[in-house]
Amino acid sequence: MSILKKILTTAALTSAMMAGAAQAENVKIALVVKALGIGFFEAAAKGAEEAAKELGDVEIIYTGPTDTTAEGQIEVINSLIAQGVNAIAISANDKDALVPALQKAMERGITVISWDSGVAPEGRQMHLNPSSNALIGNTIIKLAADNMPEGGDVAILSASATATNQNIWIEEAKKVLPNYAGINLVDVVYGDDLADKSYREAQGLIAKYPNLKAIIAPTTVGILAASQAVTDGGLIGKVNVTGLGLPSEMAGAVESGATKSFAIWNPIDLGYAATMLSYNIVKGAKAEAGAEIGMGRMGTAKLDDNNEAAMSDPFTYDASNIAEFKSIF
Amino acid sequence: MSAPHTQNRHLPDRLQTPAMRALRSWEALLVVVFILIFTANSFASPYFLNVWNLSDATFNFTEKAMIAFAMAMLIIAGEIDLSVASIIALASTAMGLVMSAGYGVPVIVVTGIAVGLICGAINGVLVAGMNLPSIVVTIGTMSLFRGVSFIILGDQAFTGYPKEFAFFGQGYVFWVISFELFLFAITAVIFYILLHRTNFGRAVFVIGNNPVGALFSGVRVARVRFILFLLTGLMSGIAAVCLTSRLGSTRPSIATGMELEIITMVVLGGVNILGGSGSILGVVLAAFIMGMVTFGIGLLNVPGIVMSIFLGLLLIAVIAAPKLIWRK
Repeated sequence: MSILKKILTTAALTSAMMAGAAQAENVKIALVVKALGIGFFEAAAKGAEEAAKELGDVEIIYTGPTDTTAEGQIEVINSLIAQGVNAIAISANDKDALVPALQKAMERGITVISWDSGVAPEGRQMHLNPSSNALIGNTIIKLAADNMPEGGDVAILSASATATNQNIWIEEAKKVLPNYAGINLVDVVYGDDLADKSYREAQGLIAKYPNLKAIIAPTTVGILAASQAVTDGGLIGKVNVTGLGLPSEMAGAVESGATKSFAIWNPIDLGYAATMLSYNIVKGAKAEAGAEIGMGRMGTAKLDDNNEAAMSDPFTYDASNIAEFKSIF
Repeated sequence: MSAPHTQNRHLPDRLQTPAMRALRSWEALLVVVFILIFTANSFASPYFLNVWNLSDATFNFTEKAMIAFAMAMLIIAGEIDLSVASIIALASTAMGLVMSAGYGVPVIVVTGIAVGLICGAINGVLVAGMNLPSIVVTIGTMSLFRGVSFIILGDQAFTGYPKEFAFFGQGYVFWVISFELFLFAITAVIFYILLHRTNFGRAVFVIGNNPVGALFSGVRVARVRFILFLLTGLMSGIAAVCLTSRLGSTRPSIATGMELEIITMVVLGGVNILGGSGSILGVVLAAFIMGMVTFGIGLLNVPGIVMSIFLGLLLIAVIAAPKLIWRK
């Protein structure tokens, strides 16, 4: 027993020393995702590698469970703690269940941040949102306005009337409306995030407002249905559909011209920014309310009272970049 | 007529010496596999041979192994319980409900274990009482139990368990021995005695080999089956307490897919999936092997899917090896 103990202790010491030596060389940042094999996260890993190349002394460990379970992510976190990584940047499968495991990581001196899908405040040092409500509200109006220089009528096709996210974004969009001269919001309708209902609501808008120049759908289901309605109605070039969509789903609409441009967060930027933030916190930046932490080419993140920050405006996709992104997510 | 024949035939005093039998046993093979994996891991990663890391790694299997002991007995008796992971979900949800109602740690723990027992009893009544096939019954209760916790919780979660509750899944009894590891050792001993040193354990083997024969020999088959389902329910309830405490929260998706990992562990441990043979020692070894493989490959940051492939290959290899080496 005592021999075994001695062997184990010696081994523990050597491994601790080796871990120490590794730290001196490189900052090890683990990008933990909900599950491997998802295009969105593969793109984020690409962004993390980009940040690592820029920083130089960073080693990225891109990892995650096979399926989107909290238990799987905890096993991953345990093995990262064992390896003595310097930082864990995680997109969580469960905002509560990961807290004990991540608290253990922080107790062992590991920097922990969440990105995309957050962890409860007690389980991380900060959370990076891809964007903020105000930025999204502004972006959806701007996308419509950019393609109608003389102004005109626009309408919003939302998800359900009770959808929290969409309602906040529409609220924010209405606030910035006075900044866009000549843009006239005539109606807000609800397609309940059902493809067929959204399609009919879009047709209804087109019939009701003959001068309608743009339909803004801040939902991936709505924007797809509306662009279909515009295409089927032979109104490409007359009514522009925009809002928030997925490049893989919207590629056809962009190529046909029914949608000139739309927006959604860019996973590459997100992985890049999460890596930059992790690095800066490891190097001593304080993650506390009101702090400003650098994100490399993405600018700086300003932490609010919950230690949350917004990365940027949603990223705009149009004919120039849709081909590149449609295979990613 | 037959006398000259028997003279020519060599009759050994006994079939194999106990030492030979031990060496040729499944457990011996598992020990070899364990040593190989442990050594390989030690060379592959500098972080593997660290007592704290190894202690952390045991959390990968302790909860599953506790259920696997009861599952092993059930499978030896020729039955199966696919609802164990769903029992965890329901027990955890019930614990969340009493926690939200303001009850303290003792009530939370008792609730989790009691719900486990009730679920086990439901399976037991349906299988042993009504003579329904266990695979069908437990596929049904698998959906039923988790369904109920989905109805109660939807996309919500129970959080805010009391601080003292964290002990069961995150606490340490002494030094690196976590409460879960301690509980794992205790239950291993209890199940070893129950299966290998009691009349009840004998009855389990007998039923697995020949249920009709067992019945005619005076074994109370239905009662033994009922008790076995009660035991898997009980162990699932205990595992639910540990897992809920470790996660510090309850979501209806808790422990999804765990039943297959538990059955893999049992089969890897040398329990005949058709019933009739197996040992608790084998399951203990299988638990350690699966835990060390998962942890070792995790340390190398190999994607999880490769880990599943590796475990699948290991399972097939370990089962095929004796058939190839000692082909009769």
